[in-house]
Amino acid sequence: MKRIPMVSIGVALFAAILPACAPVKEYQKNRLNDSEMSLSNRKVEKNELNFQSYREGSAGANGGKTGGGCGCN
Amino acid sequence: MKKICLTVVGLFLLFVHAFSQTQTPDTSAYKPRKLRFDEVELVSSYYTQNGDHSAIRGGIGDEHVTDLANGVEVKFVAWDAKQRKNSLTAGMGVDHHTAASQAWISKTGASRRTDGLRLYPTVDWSRENQQKGSSIGAGVYYSNEFNYHSYGLDINAGQKTRNNGEFGVKLSAYLDQVTMILPSEFEPAGAYRTGRNGELRHPDYGSSGRQTYTASFSFSQIIDTRLQGILLLDLVEQHGYLGLPFHRVYFADGADSIEKLPSNRFKLPIGLRVNYFLGDALILRSYYRYYTDSWGISSHTASLETTVKITPFYSVTPFYRYYAQTAARYFSPYETHAATDTYYTSNYALASFHSSFFGAGVRLAPPKGIFDTHLKTLEIRYGHYTQTTDLVSDVISLDLQFR
Repeated sequence: MKRIPMVSIGVALFAAILPACAPVKEYQKNRLNDSEMSLSNRKVEKNELNFQSYREGSAGANGGKTGGGCGCN
Repeated sequence: MKKICLTVVGLFLLFVHAFSQTQTPDTSAYKPRKLRFDEVELVSSYYTQNGDHSAIRGGIGDEHVTDLANGVEVKFVAWDAKQRKNSLTAGMGVDHHTAASQAWISKTGASRRTDGLRLYPTVDWSRENQQKGSSIGAGVYYSNEFNYHSYGLDINAGQKTRNNGEFGVKLSAYLDQVTMILPSEFEPAGAYRTGRNGELRHPDYGSSGRQTYTASFSFSQIIDTRLQGILLLDLVEQHGYLGLPFHRVYFADGADSIEKLPSNRFKLPIGLRVNYFLGDALILRSYYRYYTDSWGISSHTASLETTVKITPFYSVTPFYRYYAQTAARYFSPYETHAATDTYYTSNYALASFHSSFFGAGVRLAPPKGIFDTHLKTLEIRYGHYTQTTDLVSDVISLDLQFR
Protein backbone atom coordinates (compact mmCIF):
# COMPACT_ATOMS: atom_id res chain seq x y z
CA MET A 1 0.00 0.00 0.00
CA LYS A 2 3.04 2.29 0.45
CA ARG A 3 3.42 2.51 -3.30
CA ILE A 4 -0.09 3.74 -3.97
CA PRO A 5 1.25 7.35 -3.93
CA MET A 6 3.25 6.42 -7.08
CA VAL A 7 -0.01 5.56 -8.79
CA SER A 8 -1.53 8.77 -7.49
CA ILE A 9 1.37 10.66 -9.07
CA GLY A 10 0.72 8.89 -12.39
CA VAL A 11 -3.01 9.67 -12.28
CA ALA A 12 -2.26 13.27 -11.29
CA LEU A 13 0.17 13.59 -14.22
CA PHE A 14 -2.46 12.24 -16.60
CA ALA A 15 -5.00 14.66 -15.18
CA ALA A 16 -2.49 17.51 -15.48
CA ILE A 17 -1.96 16.73 -19.17
CA LEU A 18 -5.68 17.01 -19.96
CA PRO A 19 -5.95 20.81 -19.98
CA ALA A 20 -2.88 20.90 -22.24
CA CYS A 21 -4.60 18.73 -24.86
CA ALA A 22 -4.45 20.36 -28.27
CA PRO A 23 -7.76 20.39 -30.16
CA VAL A 24 -7.51 17.67 -32.81
CA LYS A 25 -9.86 17.75 -35.82
CA GLU A 26 -11.12 14.60 -37.51
CA TYR A 27 -8.88 15.16 -40.55
CA GLN A 28 -5.84 15.34 -38.24
CA LYS A 29 -6.45 11.86 -36.77
CA ASN A 30 -4.84 9.77 -39.51
CA ARG A 31 -1.98 8.71 -37.22
CA LEU A 32 -4.23 8.23 -34.18
CA ASN A 33 -6.59 6.06 -36.24
CA ASP A 34 -3.79 3.73 -37.30
CA SER A 35 -4.73 0.25 -36.07
CA GLU A 36 -1.37 -0.06 -34.27
CA MET A 37 -2.29 3.01 -32.17
CA SER A 38 -5.30 1.26 -30.65
CA LEU A 39 -5.64 1.74 -26.89
CA SER A 40 -6.92 -1.80 -26.40
CA ASN A 41 -5.01 -5.07 -26.39
CA ARG A 42 -4.26 -6.80 -29.67
CA LYS A 43 -6.44 -9.83 -30.38
CA VAL A 44 -3.29 -11.86 -30.95
CA GLU A 45 -2.35 -11.18 -27.29
CA LYS A 46 -5.48 -12.85 -25.93
CA ASN A 47 -3.91 -16.13 -24.86
CA GLU A 48 -0.77 -14.41 -23.54
CA LEU A 49 -2.96 -12.45 -21.14
CA ASN A 50 -4.77 -15.66 -20.17
CA PHE A 51 -1.62 -17.55 -19.17
CA GLN A 52 -0.21 -14.51 -17.35
CA SER A 53 -3.37 -14.26 -15.25
CA TYR A 54 -3.05 -17.96 -14.28
CA ARG A 55 0.72 -17.93 -13.56
CA GLU A 56 0.77 -14.59 -11.75
CA GLY A 57 -1.12 -13.38 -8.71
CA SER A 58 -2.58 -10.28 -10.30
CA ALA A 59 -4.77 -9.43 -13.27
CA GLY A 60 -7.06 -6.71 -14.58
CA ALA A 61 -6.91 -3.06 -15.67
CA ASN A 62 -6.12 -4.09 -19.22
CA GLY A 63 -9.62 -4.10 -20.68
CA GLY A 64 -9.81 -7.89 -20.57
CA LYS A 65 -11.71 -10.43 -18.51
CA THR A 66 -11.38 -10.38 -14.74
CA GLY A 67 -13.08 -13.67 -13.92
CA GLY A 68 -14.40 -16.92 -15.28
CA GLY A 69 -10.96 -18.46 -15.25
CA CYS A 70 -10.06 -22.07 -15.80
CA GLY A 71 -9.51 -24.84 -13.30
CA CYS A 72 -5.83 -24.81 -14.15
CA ASN A 73 -3.00 -26.93 -12.83
CA MET B 1 -25.17 34.18 -86.91
CA LYS B 2 -23.19 35.22 -83.88
CA LYS B 3 -26.46 35.37 -81.89
CA ILE B 4 -27.38 31.81 -82.96
CA CYS B 5 -23.90 30.54 -82.10
CA LEU B 6 -23.97 32.23 -78.70
CA THR B 7 -27.46 30.79 -78.07
CA VAL B 8 -26.30 27.25 -78.99
CA VAL B 9 -23.20 27.59 -76.82
CA GLY B 10 -25.35 28.97 -74.01
CA LEU B 11 -27.82 26.04 -74.28
CA PHE B 12 -24.91 23.56 -74.42
CA LEU B 13 -23.38 25.05 -71.26
CA LEU B 14 -26.81 24.97 -69.60
CA PHE B 15 -27.20 21.23 -70.37
CA VAL B 16 -23.62 20.47 -69.30
CA HIS B 17 -24.23 22.37 -66.09
CA ALA B 18 -27.52 20.56 -65.49
CA PHE B 19 -26.10 17.06 -66.05
CA SER B 20 -22.79 17.72 -64.30
CA GLN B 21 -24.52 17.98 -60.92
CA THR B 22 -24.77 14.79 -58.91
CA GLN B 23 -28.25 14.30 -57.66
CA THR B 24 -28.39 14.71 -53.91
CA PRO B 25 -29.99 11.65 -52.34
CA ASP B 26 -33.14 12.18 -50.34
CA THR B 27 -32.16 11.19 -46.83
CA SER B 28 -35.56 11.92 -45.36
CA ALA B 29 -36.59 8.41 -46.40
CA TYR B 30 -33.57 6.70 -44.74
CA LYS B 31 -33.95 2.95 -44.67
CA PRO B 32 -32.24 0.92 -41.94
CA ARG B 33 -29.73 -1.65 -43.13
CA LYS B 34 -30.36 -5.20 -42.05
CA LEU B 35 -27.89 -7.28 -40.11
CA ARG B 36 -25.05 -8.19 -42.43
CA PHE B 37 -21.77 -10.03 -42.12
CA ASP B 38 -18.86 -7.75 -41.26
CA GLU B 39 -15.83 -9.87 -40.41
CA VAL B 40 -14.62 -13.18 -39.04
CA GLU B 41 -11.52 -13.50 -36.91
CA LEU B 42 -9.54 -16.61 -36.03
CA VAL B 43 -7.01 -16.62 -33.20
CA SER B 44 -4.87 -19.68 -32.48
CA SER B 45 -2.11 -20.11 -29.91
CA TYR B 46 0.25 -22.81 -28.80
CA TYR B 47 1.62 -22.51 -25.27
CA THR B 48 4.17 -24.68 -23.54
CA GLN B 49 5.73 -24.34 -20.08
CA ASN B 50 8.21 -26.09 -17.83
CA GLY B 51 8.78 -25.64 -14.13
CA ASP B 52 9.37 -27.49 -10.91
CA HIS B 53 6.84 -26.10 -8.44
CA SER B 54 3.60 -27.92 -9.11
CA ALA B 55 0.81 -26.85 -6.75
CA ILE B 56 -0.71 -30.34 -6.99
CA ARG B 57 2.36 -31.77 -5.23
CA GLY B 58 2.55 -28.98 -2.69
CA GLY B 59 5.11 -26.79 -4.47
CA ILE B 60 7.44 -29.43 -5.88
CA GLY B 61 7.29 -31.51 -9.05
CA ASP B 62 6.91 -31.24 -12.79
CA GLU B 63 4.86 -28.28 -14.07
CA HIS B 64 5.03 -29.19 -17.75
CA VAL B 65 1.94 -27.92 -19.56
CA THR B 66 0.96 -27.60 -23.21
CA ASP B 67 -2.11 -25.75 -24.40
CA LEU B 68 -3.50 -25.41 -27.90
CA ALA B 69 -6.13 -22.67 -28.01
CA ASN B 70 -8.34 -21.90 -30.98
CA GLY B 71 -10.99 -19.21 -31.13
CA VAL B 72 -13.29 -17.88 -33.83
CA GLU B 73 -15.41 -14.72 -33.73
CA VAL B 74 -18.02 -13.72 -36.29
CA LYS B 75 -19.19 -10.13 -36.32
CA PHE B 76 -22.41 -8.79 -37.85
CA VAL B 77 -23.35 -5.13 -38.20
CA ALA B 78 -26.69 -3.39 -38.76
CA TRP B 79 -27.79 0.26 -38.86
CA ASP B 80 -31.16 1.07 -37.36
CA ALA B 81 -33.68 3.79 -38.30
CA LYS B 82 -31.93 6.28 -35.99
CA GLN B 83 -28.62 5.60 -37.79
CA ARG B 84 -27.15 3.82 -34.78
CA LYS B 85 -24.60 1.11 -35.44
CA ASN B 86 -25.52 -2.25 -33.92
CA SER B 87 -22.82 -4.92 -33.71
CA LEU B 88 -23.38 -8.54 -32.80
CA THR B 89 -20.36 -10.76 -32.22
CA ALA B 90 -20.61 -14.49 -31.62
CA GLY B 91 -17.50 -16.38 -30.57
CA MET B 92 -16.43 -19.93 -29.82
CA GLY B 93 -13.20 -21.04 -28.21
CA VAL B 94 -11.75 -24.52 -27.82
CA ASP B 95 -8.61 -25.22 -25.77
CA HIS B 96 -6.89 -28.56 -25.38
CA HIS B 97 -4.27 -28.82 -22.67
CA THR B 98 -1.98 -31.46 -21.20
CA ALA B 99 -0.55 -31.13 -17.69
CA ALA B 100 2.03 -33.54 -16.27
CA SER B 101 1.03 -32.61 -12.72
CA GLN B 102 -2.53 -33.92 -13.21
CA ALA B 103 -1.22 -37.48 -12.89
CA TRP B 104 -0.36 -36.63 -9.27
CA ILE B 105 -3.92 -36.02 -8.19
CA SER B 106 -3.42 -39.67 -7.34
CA LYS B 107 -0.89 -39.97 -4.52
CA THR B 108 1.13 -42.42 -6.61
CA GLY B 109 1.13 -40.36 -9.80
CA ALA B 110 -1.19 -42.86 -11.45
CA SER B 111 -4.14 -40.62 -12.40
CA ARG B 112 -5.18 -41.48 -15.92
CA ARG B 113 -6.39 -38.03 -16.90
CA THR B 114 -3.49 -35.78 -17.87
CA ASP B 115 -5.30 -33.69 -20.46
CA GLY B 116 -8.50 -31.70 -20.78
CA LEU B 117 -10.71 -29.72 -23.09
CA ARG B 118 -12.24 -26.30 -22.47
CA LEU B 119 -15.12 -24.88 -24.52
CA TYR B 120 -16.11 -21.23 -24.17
CA PRO B 121 -18.81 -19.66 -26.35
CA THR B 122 -19.47 -15.91 -26.12
CA VAL B 123 -22.05 -13.47 -27.49
CA ASP B 124 -21.56 -9.68 -27.43
CA TRP B 125 -23.89 -6.94 -28.59
CA SER B 126 -23.18 -3.20 -28.79
CA ARG B 127 -25.00 -0.13 -30.06
CA GLU B 128 -23.08 2.99 -31.04
CA ASN B 129 -24.70 6.37 -31.62
CA GLN B 130 -22.06 8.24 -33.59
CA GLN B 131 -24.00 11.53 -33.55
CA LYS B 132 -24.20 11.59 -29.76
CA GLY B 133 -20.84 9.87 -29.25
CA SER B 134 -22.40 7.30 -26.93
CA SER B 135 -22.44 3.53 -26.84
CA ILE B 136 -24.00 0.73 -24.83
CA GLY B 137 -23.41 -3.00 -24.89
CA ALA B 138 -23.88 -6.36 -23.19
CA GLY B 139 -22.27 -9.77 -23.32
CA VAL B 140 -22.85 -13.31 -22.08
CA TYR B 141 -20.14 -15.92 -21.61
CA TYR B 142 -19.88 -19.59 -20.75
CA SER B 143 -16.86 -21.75 -20.08
CA ASN B 144 -16.92 -25.47 -19.55
CA GLU B 145 -14.18 -27.92 -18.70
CA PHE B 146 -14.00 -31.12 -16.71
CA ASN B 147 -13.51 -29.47 -13.33
CA TYR B 148 -14.77 -25.95 -13.89
CA HIS B 149 -17.96 -24.29 -15.16
CA SER B 150 -18.39 -20.56 -15.50
CA TYR B 151 -21.31 -18.33 -16.48
CA GLY B 152 -20.62 -14.65 -17.10
CA LEU B 153 -22.43 -11.54 -18.19
CA ASP B 154 -21.59 -7.88 -18.52
CA ILE B 155 -23.16 -4.56 -19.43
CA ASN B 156 -21.17 -1.56 -20.57
CA ALA B 157 -21.58 2.04 -21.65
CA GLY B 158 -19.37 4.77 -23.09
CA GLN B 159 -19.64 8.49 -23.74
CA LYS B 160 -17.30 10.68 -25.75
CA THR B 161 -16.47 14.17 -24.51
CA ARG B 162 -16.26 17.36 -26.57
CA ASN B 163 -12.49 17.42 -26.12
CA ASN B 164 -11.61 14.08 -27.77
CA GLY B 165 -11.98 12.08 -24.58
CA GLU B 166 -14.15 9.09 -23.76
CA PHE B 167 -15.48 7.66 -20.51
CA GLY B 168 -16.30 3.97 -20.25
CA VAL B 169 -17.87 1.80 -17.57
CA LYS B 170 -18.44 -1.95 -17.51
CA LEU B 171 -20.13 -4.07 -14.85
CA SER B 172 -19.55 -7.81 -15.02
CA ALA B 173 -20.39 -10.89 -12.99
CA TYR B 174 -19.00 -14.41 -13.25
CA LEU B 175 -20.73 -17.26 -11.47
CA ASP B 176 -18.46 -20.31 -11.36
CA GLN B 177 -18.65 -23.87 -10.08
CA VAL B 178 -15.46 -25.67 -9.05
CA THR B 179 -15.68 -29.48 -9.16
CA MET B 180 -14.28 -30.82 -5.88
CA ILE B 181 -11.70 -33.27 -7.20
CA LEU B 182 -9.60 -34.10 -4.16
CA PRO B 183 -6.15 -35.67 -4.04
CA SER B 184 -6.65 -39.43 -3.79
CA GLU B 185 -5.56 -39.68 -0.15
CA PHE B 186 -8.38 -37.31 0.85
CA GLU B 187 -11.15 -39.11 -0.99
CA PRO B 188 -13.58 -40.69 1.47
CA ALA B 189 -13.55 -44.48 1.57
CA GLY B 190 -15.91 -45.93 -1.02
CA ALA B 191 -15.91 -42.78 -3.18
CA TYR B 192 -14.92 -44.78 -6.24
CA ARG B 193 -17.10 -47.49 -7.73
CA THR B 194 -16.17 -50.17 -10.20
CA GLY B 195 -17.68 -49.73 -13.66
CA ARG B 196 -18.96 -52.44 -16.01
CA ASN B 197 -15.52 -52.90 -17.55
CA GLY B 198 -13.76 -52.98 -14.24
CA GLU B 199 -12.60 -49.34 -14.35
CA LEU B 200 -12.83 -47.10 -11.28
CA ARG B 201 -15.46 -44.38 -11.48
CA HIS B 202 -16.28 -41.48 -9.23
CA PRO B 203 -20.05 -41.00 -9.36
CA ASP B 204 -20.22 -37.51 -7.89
CA TYR B 205 -17.42 -35.17 -6.87
CA GLY B 206 -19.73 -32.35 -5.82
CA SER B 207 -18.90 -28.72 -6.43
CA SER B 208 -18.39 -25.37 -4.73
CA GLY B 209 -19.40 -21.93 -5.96
CA ARG B 210 -17.23 -18.92 -6.77
CA GLN B 211 -18.52 -15.46 -7.70
CA THR B 212 -16.56 -12.59 -9.22
CA TYR B 213 -18.08 -9.10 -9.51
CA THR B 214 -16.19 -6.37 -11.33
CA ALA B 215 -16.76 -2.68 -11.96
CA SER B 216 -14.37 -1.41 -14.65
CA PHE B 217 -13.85 2.26 -15.42
CA SER B 218 -11.83 3.83 -18.20
CA PHE B 219 -11.05 7.28 -19.51
CA SER B 220 -9.24 7.75 -22.80
CA GLN B 221 -7.95 11.04 -24.16
CA ILE B 222 -6.37 12.27 -27.39
CA ILE B 223 -3.58 14.58 -26.31
CA ASP B 224 -2.37 15.75 -29.71
CA THR B 225 -2.20 14.44 -33.29
CA ARG B 226 0.39 11.81 -32.29
CA LEU B 227 -0.28 11.03 -28.64
CA GLN B 228 -3.18 9.38 -26.81
CA GLY B 229 -3.67 7.55 -23.55
CA ILE B 230 -6.15 5.63 -21.45
CA LEU B 231 -6.55 5.26 -17.70
CA LEU B 232 -8.08 1.97 -16.49
CA LEU B 233 -9.41 1.05 -13.07
CA ASP B 234 -11.03 -2.21 -11.95
CA LEU B 235 -12.73 -2.93 -8.64
CA VAL B 236 -12.97 -6.71 -8.25
CA GLU B 237 -14.72 -8.58 -5.45
CA GLN B 238 -14.59 -12.38 -5.23
CA HIS B 239 -16.55 -14.68 -2.95
CA GLY B 240 -16.79 -18.41 -2.43
CA TYR B 241 -14.27 -21.21 -2.89
CA LEU B 242 -11.16 -19.41 -4.16
CA GLY B 243 -8.62 -22.25 -4.04
CA LEU B 244 -8.46 -25.46 -6.01
CA PRO B 245 -9.29 -28.72 -4.21
CA PHE B 246 -6.43 -30.76 -5.72
CA HIS B 247 -3.69 -28.35 -4.60
CA ARG B 248 -1.78 -29.99 -1.76
CA VAL B 249 0.09 -28.34 1.08
CA TYR B 250 2.83 -30.15 3.04
CA PHE B 251 3.40 -28.81 6.54
CA ALA B 252 6.73 -28.59 8.31
CA ASP B 253 5.92 -31.74 10.28
CA GLY B 254 5.46 -33.72 7.02
CA ALA B 255 1.66 -33.96 7.22
CA ASP B 256 -0.30 -32.88 4.14
CA SER B 257 -3.63 -31.23 3.46
CA ILE B 258 -5.36 -29.35 0.63
CA GLU B 259 -4.80 -25.62 0.27
CA LYS B 260 -7.05 -23.38 2.32
CA LEU B 261 -7.66 -19.77 1.36
CA PRO B 262 -10.07 -17.06 2.56
CA SER B 263 -13.52 -17.07 1.00
CA ASN B 264 -13.29 -13.49 -0.23
CA ARG B 265 -10.74 -11.37 -2.04
CA PHE B 266 -10.78 -7.75 -3.12
CA LYS B 267 -8.54 -6.73 -6.04
CA LEU B 268 -7.62 -3.22 -7.14
CA PRO B 269 -5.67 -2.89 -10.40
CA ILE B 270 -4.99 0.55 -11.93
CA GLY B 271 -3.48 0.77 -15.40
CA LEU B 272 -2.25 3.49 -17.73
CA ARG B 273 -1.58 3.00 -21.43
CA VAL B 274 0.05 5.69 -23.56
CA ASN B 275 0.70 5.38 -27.31
CA TYR B 276 2.88 7.73 -29.34
CA PHE B 277 3.38 7.90 -33.11
CA LEU B 278 7.01 8.93 -33.57
CA GLY B 279 7.90 10.23 -37.04
CA ASP B 280 6.24 8.35 -39.88
CA ALA B 281 7.27 4.78 -39.16
CA LEU B 282 7.59 4.18 -35.42
CA ILE B 283 4.85 3.67 -32.82
CA LEU B 284 5.60 3.37 -29.12
CA ARG B 285 2.98 1.52 -27.07
CA SER B 286 3.61 1.72 -23.33
CA TYR B 287 1.65 0.26 -20.42
CA TYR B 288 1.97 0.39 -16.65
CA ARG B 289 -0.21 -1.27 -14.00
CA TYR B 290 -0.18 -1.17 -10.24
CA TYR B 291 -2.11 -3.91 -8.44
CA THR B 292 -2.96 -4.57 -4.83
CA ASP B 293 -5.34 -7.03 -3.15
CA SER B 294 -6.67 -8.06 0.24
CA TRP B 295 -4.45 -11.19 0.32
CA GLY B 296 -1.31 -9.06 0.55
CA ILE B 297 -0.16 -9.22 -3.07
CA SER B 298 1.01 -6.02 -4.70
CA SER B 299 2.56 -5.91 -8.13
CA HIS B 300 3.98 -3.66 -10.82
CA THR B 301 3.71 -4.40 -14.53
CA ALA B 302 5.45 -2.34 -17.20
CA SER B 303 5.60 -3.07 -20.90
CA LEU B 304 6.83 -1.38 -24.05
CA GLU B 305 6.13 -2.29 -27.66
CA THR B 306 7.91 -0.54 -30.52
CA THR B 307 6.07 -1.00 -33.79
CA VAL B 308 8.28 -0.38 -36.81
CA LYS B 309 6.30 0.21 -40.01
CA ILE B 310 8.36 -1.26 -42.84
CA THR B 311 5.58 -0.08 -45.18
CA PRO B 312 2.22 1.46 -44.22
CA PHE B 313 0.72 -2.06 -44.27
CA TYR B 314 3.56 -4.23 -42.98
CA SER B 315 4.95 -3.82 -39.47
CA VAL B 316 7.26 -5.57 -37.02
CA THR B 317 6.73 -5.16 -33.27
CA PRO B 318 9.36 -6.24 -30.72
CA PHE B 319 8.08 -6.06 -27.14
CA TYR B 320 9.24 -6.40 -23.54
CA ARG B 321 7.17 -6.80 -20.37
CA TYR B 322 8.47 -6.73 -16.81
CA TYR B 323 6.41 -7.91 -13.85
CA ALA B 324 7.16 -8.07 -10.11
CA GLN B 325 4.89 -9.14 -7.25
CA THR B 326 5.07 -9.65 -3.50
CA ALA B 327 3.76 -12.92 -1.99
CA ALA B 328 0.29 -13.50 -0.64
CA ARG B 329 0.43 -13.71 3.15
CA TYR B 330 -0.90 -17.30 2.94
CA PHE B 331 1.91 -18.63 0.73
CA SER B 332 4.81 -20.76 1.92
CA PRO B 333 6.93 -23.28 0.00
CA TYR B 334 6.93 -27.06 0.42
CA GLU B 335 7.07 -28.27 4.04
CA THR B 336 7.35 -24.83 5.61
CA HIS B 337 3.76 -24.08 6.66
CA ALA B 338 2.98 -24.46 10.35
CA ALA B 339 0.09 -26.78 11.16
CA THR B 340 -1.38 -23.93 13.21
CA ASP B 341 -1.74 -21.61 10.16
CA THR B 342 -5.34 -20.58 9.48
CA TYR B 343 -4.84 -20.34 5.73
CA TYR B 344 -2.16 -22.04 3.62
CA THR B 345 -1.14 -22.60 0.03
CA SER B 346 2.00 -23.59 -1.89
CA ASN B 347 0.74 -22.34 -5.25
CA TYR B 348 3.67 -20.41 -6.74
CA ALA B 349 1.34 -18.03 -8.60
CA LEU B 350 0.92 -16.47 -5.14
CA ALA B 351 4.67 -16.43 -4.32
CA SER B 352 7.04 -13.48 -4.46
CA PHE B 353 8.80 -13.31 -7.86
CA HIS B 354 9.48 -11.21 -10.87
CA SER B 355 9.20 -12.16 -14.50
CA SER B 356 10.23 -11.08 -17.98
CA PHE B 357 8.32 -11.60 -21.19
CA PHE B 358 9.80 -10.63 -24.53
CA GLY B 359 9.34 -11.42 -28.19
CA ALA B 360 8.14 -9.94 -31.44
CA GLY B 361 5.15 -9.82 -33.75
CA VAL B 362 4.68 -9.33 -37.47
CA ARG B 363 1.53 -7.80 -38.95
CA LEU B 364 0.34 -7.64 -42.56
CA ALA B 365 -2.74 -5.61 -43.47
CA PRO B 366 -2.72 -4.53 -47.15
CA PRO B 367 -5.78 -2.48 -48.20
CA LYS B 368 -6.83 -4.96 -50.90
CA GLY B 369 -6.29 -8.00 -48.72
CA ILE B 370 -3.41 -10.45 -48.67
CA PHE B 371 -2.89 -11.77 -52.23
CA ASP B 372 -6.16 -9.97 -53.17
CA THR B 373 -8.20 -12.34 -51.01
CA HIS B 374 -10.73 -11.77 -48.21
CA LEU B 375 -7.87 -12.23 -45.73
CA LYS B 376 -7.44 -8.62 -44.60
CA THR B 377 -5.07 -8.97 -41.68
CA LEU B 378 -2.49 -11.54 -40.68
CA GLU B 379 -0.58 -11.25 -37.43
CA ILE B 380 1.93 -13.67 -35.90
CA ARG B 381 3.47 -13.16 -32.49
CA TYR B 382 5.97 -15.12 -30.40
CA GLY B 383 6.92 -14.56 -26.77
CA HIS B 384 9.32 -16.14 -24.27
CA TYR B 385 8.50 -15.91 -20.56
CA THR B 386 10.75 -16.50 -17.54
CA GLN B 387 9.90 -16.30 -13.85
CA THR B 388 12.38 -16.21 -10.97
CA THR B 389 10.57 -19.31 -9.65
CA ASP B 390 12.27 -21.12 -12.60
CA LEU B 391 9.05 -21.31 -14.58
CA VAL B 392 9.81 -20.93 -18.29
CA SER B 393 7.25 -20.78 -21.08
CA ASP B 394 6.85 -20.00 -24.77
CA VAL B 395 3.76 -18.93 -26.65
CA ILE B 396 3.17 -18.45 -30.35
CA SER B 397 -0.08 -16.94 -31.67
CA LEU B 398 -1.69 -16.38 -35.02
CA ASP B 399 -4.52 -13.93 -35.77
CA LEU B 400 -6.35 -14.02 -39.11
CA GLN B 401 -9.04 -11.47 -39.94
CA PHE B 402 -11.34 -12.02 -42.94
CA ARG B 403 -13.79 -9.52 -44.44
